Amino acid sequence: MKPVITTQEAAKKIKDGASIMVGGFMCCGQPLSLLDAILEACTKNLTVITNDAGFPDKGIGKLIVAGRVSKLIASHIGLNPVAGQKMNSGEMKVELVPQGTLAERIRSAGAGLGGVLTPTGIGTKVEECKQKVMIDDQEFLLELPLKADFALLKATTCDRQGNCFLAKSEKNFNTVMAMAADEVIAEAENVVEIGQLDQDRVTIPGVFVQTIAEARK
Amino acid sequence: MNDEQKRERIAKRIALELPENGLVNLGIGMPTLVANYLPDGKNIFFHSENGYIGLGPAPEQGREDWSIVNAGGKPVSIVPGGCFFDSATSFAIIRGGHVDATVLGALEVDEKGNLANYMIPGKMVPGMGGAMDLVVGAKKVIIAMEHVNKKGEPKILKQCRLPLTAKNQVDIVVTEMAFIRVSHEGLVLEEIGEGFTVEQVQAATEAKLVVAHTLGKFS
Repeated sequence: MKPVITTQEAAKKIKDGASIMVGGFMCCGQPLSLLDAILEACTKNLTVITNDAGFPDKGIGKLIVAGRVSKLIASHIGLNPVAGQKMNSGEMKVELVPQGTLAERIRSAGAGLGGVLTPTGIGTKVEECKQKVMIDDQEFLLELPLKADFALLKATTCDRQGNCFLAKSEKNFNTVMAMAADEVIAEAENVVEIGQLDQDRVTIPGVFVQTIAEARK
Repeated sequence: MNDEQKRERIAKRIALELPENGLVNLGIGMPTLVANYLPDGKNIFFHSENGYIGLGPAPEQGREDWSIVNAGGKPVSIVPGGCFFDSATSFAIIRGGHVDATVLGALEVDEKGNLANYMIPGKMVPGMGGAMDLVVGAKKVIIAMEHVNKKGEPKILKQCRLPLTAKNQVDIVVTEMAFIRVSHEGLVLEEIGEGFTVEQVQAATEAKLVVAHTLGKFS
């Protein structure tokens, strides 16, 4: 059985200076209540690993606007103009990573691998300072694993064992992030008893999840 | 031609180029319009980088499902026969060569098939999102863009000046003036947009064009 706590209690676990992975794609499949609770808890100096900077008034975008994020590792920040301003002013460090590479760097950390070899980024700025490896006459970049102190996920339904079902296009980065952090907190829209979530409908195995936070209704 | 006419012409021509029963990823902006011009009965599945195959039209207002969004975060729909998956699978589909074609916009393209479309240093740095993976992984890379930039300067160059999205990956460039194929002999002008001459197209292009033996026309 995994503990079920409120999003406020979950937010208190995350201290200033922590690194957090946040699931979601343009706020879809993002643990929005948990992010609001972190904002209310005034947590700062966060390193955030997430696909995008979201929108200025929603989810991870709000933490960026409030100046709580000192470093952002993402693939796209174009739909949150404040993120670009903070990057240009030097207030927030930004590392831009191709989206597929971001997913595989996280997955490799969670899967116990020493990194991945990808053709993406060859001949571009992305290859700067990275090792190249030739495999069968093709050049690949070595991209290193990426992990964090916490992963914050969004689940549609979570059972008390931590097994999560994620609906439709809300899966995105949640599944790989579930494997790659010291503590994984799943924000669940619905928490059900063991036996009530069909084993065939499990998107994220409960073994990856330490804590369940109930989404605010 | 006004901007809308140019975009319609480009989208219509690219729609003909998509492989029957193929899997296609359309970029945001002009590439998205291609879906509106598929010939009747042509079956294409659209891939959405955030995790599904079978991208369908936006639902009517009030019937949005926010758990199905497109790459711009806007609510859309999924068609019968489609399926959802996570980001790692989505980019395995892209990088692994399972996407038949991708249509993307461009800031610059050059005669080696290099593409620059993700940043202007010091001005616009939105990030590459999924573009670098798409351009490397898709079997066919089709660029949809206006022939010249807002200042009237060529966008099809001898060599890209902006930071590259990928090296040697572009296959086809479609503008309101021209249908150009990237080949070992250079940029081959295969078709010309109605209302333009070869001289006009070349004058608006920095790279030297090779004119195909049988020059086609599109409108």
